[in-house]
Amino acid sequence: MALGLTIGIIAAVVVVLLIYLYNSLIKLRMRVNNAWAQIDVQLKRRYDLIPNLVSSVKGYMKHEKSVLENVTKARASLVSGTMEEKAKASNQITQALKSIFAVAENYPQLKANENFMQLQEELSGTESKIAYSRQFYNDSVMGYNEAIQVFPKNLFAKLFNFQQKEFFEAKGKEKENVQVEF
Amino acid sequence: MNIYDEISSNKRKSFLLIVVFFAFAIFLGLVLGIVYGNQYFGLALAMIIGTIYFLFSYYGGANAILTMTKAKEATKPQYTHLINTVEGLAIAAGLPQCPKIYVIDDSALNAFATGRSPEHAAVTVTTGLLQKMNKLELEGVLAHELSHIKNYDIRVMMLSAVMVGLTVLLSDFLLRSFLWGSHGKEREHNQLSFIFIIIGIALAVLSPIIGELIKLAISRKREYLADASGALLTRYPKGLADALRKIKDDPDPLVDHANKATAHLFISTPFRKSKGVMNSLFSTHPPIEERIKKLDEM
Repeated sequence: MALGLTIGIIAAVVVVLLIYLYNSLIKLRMRVNNAWAQIDVQLKRRYDLIPNLVSSVKGYMKHEKSVLENVTKARASLVSGTMEEKAKASNQITQALKSIFAVAENYPQLKANENFMQLQEELSGTESKIAYSRQFYNDSVMGYNEAIQVFPKNLFAKLFNFQQKEFFEAKGKEKENVQVEF
Repeated sequence: MNIYDEISSNKRKSFLLIVVFFAFAIFLGLVLGIVYGNQYFGLALAMIIGTIYFLFSYYGGANAILTMTKAKEATKPQYTHLINTVEGLAIAAGLPQCPKIYVIDDSALNAFATGRSPEHAAVTVTTGLLQKMNKLELEGVLAHELSHIKNYDIRVMMLSAVMVGLTVLLSDFLLRSFLWGSHGKEREHNQLSFIFIIIGIALAVLSPIIGELIKLAISRKREYLADASGALLTRYPKGLADALRKIKDDPDPLVDHANKATAHLFISTPFRKSKGVMNSLFSTHPPIEERIKKLDEM
């Protein structure tokens, strides 16, 4: 009887522990997914802002068609693809925007345009939000990936098919110049 | 100590503050009741007023503080840059939602965060700060404030500001009116002024103890911690270090509508440096040089 009780208690403790471990993994995974949603929101926001920028700039920058085409092209490439491709496209947009704003320096009338100034502020805000959401996402991924590789959680991770998550980063050359200042 | 320990420690401290507050209210109620000859009445009164006051502090404390400091909500397009920066940092900190953003029209360089939880939080900056800080420095300051929000510092600080802080102010006020009153000729409300004197003296005896309690609860360590986790958010400790340097060299650190109750909320002490007993008692901030040094070493 006493033996049965002991075994029962131990079993109960183990079950509670397992539930706790499982839930902690679920929570970490949810955080990664939420963090990804944040990046998506910001990428979408920038995606929506770019046409406004192009149309407000077009009239002024008659001689710099290629700069505008670059940003439009980069914008189009963002729509689909793997995470790495998205990260790459995102960095390209950042670069293209940067050159637009650099060129804009030569057009005092444009720079004084109220609408343009607001767009610039919005875009630079979105740009830093993308950087921050990426930072939070990558931190969350790191925490999650670490958790599913450490004993005893790794056993669970295998059992319930918790898979490693990908970092949001462009490998190779595109990786530089993440910090932007317009 | 990681962030989760920090959060539960802050929740514990908030609870302790409430307990101490109620103990204090009951004590006052008993004293009053005994003076009146009916301790049960005093006790009941203390419980009722204490409960109302607690509910007010917990749910209305943040608004009370914002009103006290004459903070106004920041709106676009005037404060687009500020709003964008806070929103970005809130994402980086993984806050459940972006805190409300307020501005105080004051040339001093200062900022504070308040609220009862990350879901109900507000961050406030002075217009002086917005004018004098560059992008990176502003980010540093705001990241520091968002760290206070994230680890529930704001709850402890708000409760101590409103519940304990106001008790101290009340004792100040009562004692002062008692001292001035005793010089006056008219003593019409004899019984009432007698009660005032009793409460005033009780509070006066206790306010240094309360002051110590605030200091314990606030613990200067939390400023260092918020500096460190703020630097982790921006990945750029130099931003906050530079901001603190500017704050240190600010010739006029006085925030007009700050007082003893709200002082510890601010990123740096909102008073002129002085050596008064009351001020050293309430020196809730670690020396700014020390904080800069730690940030520079990161």
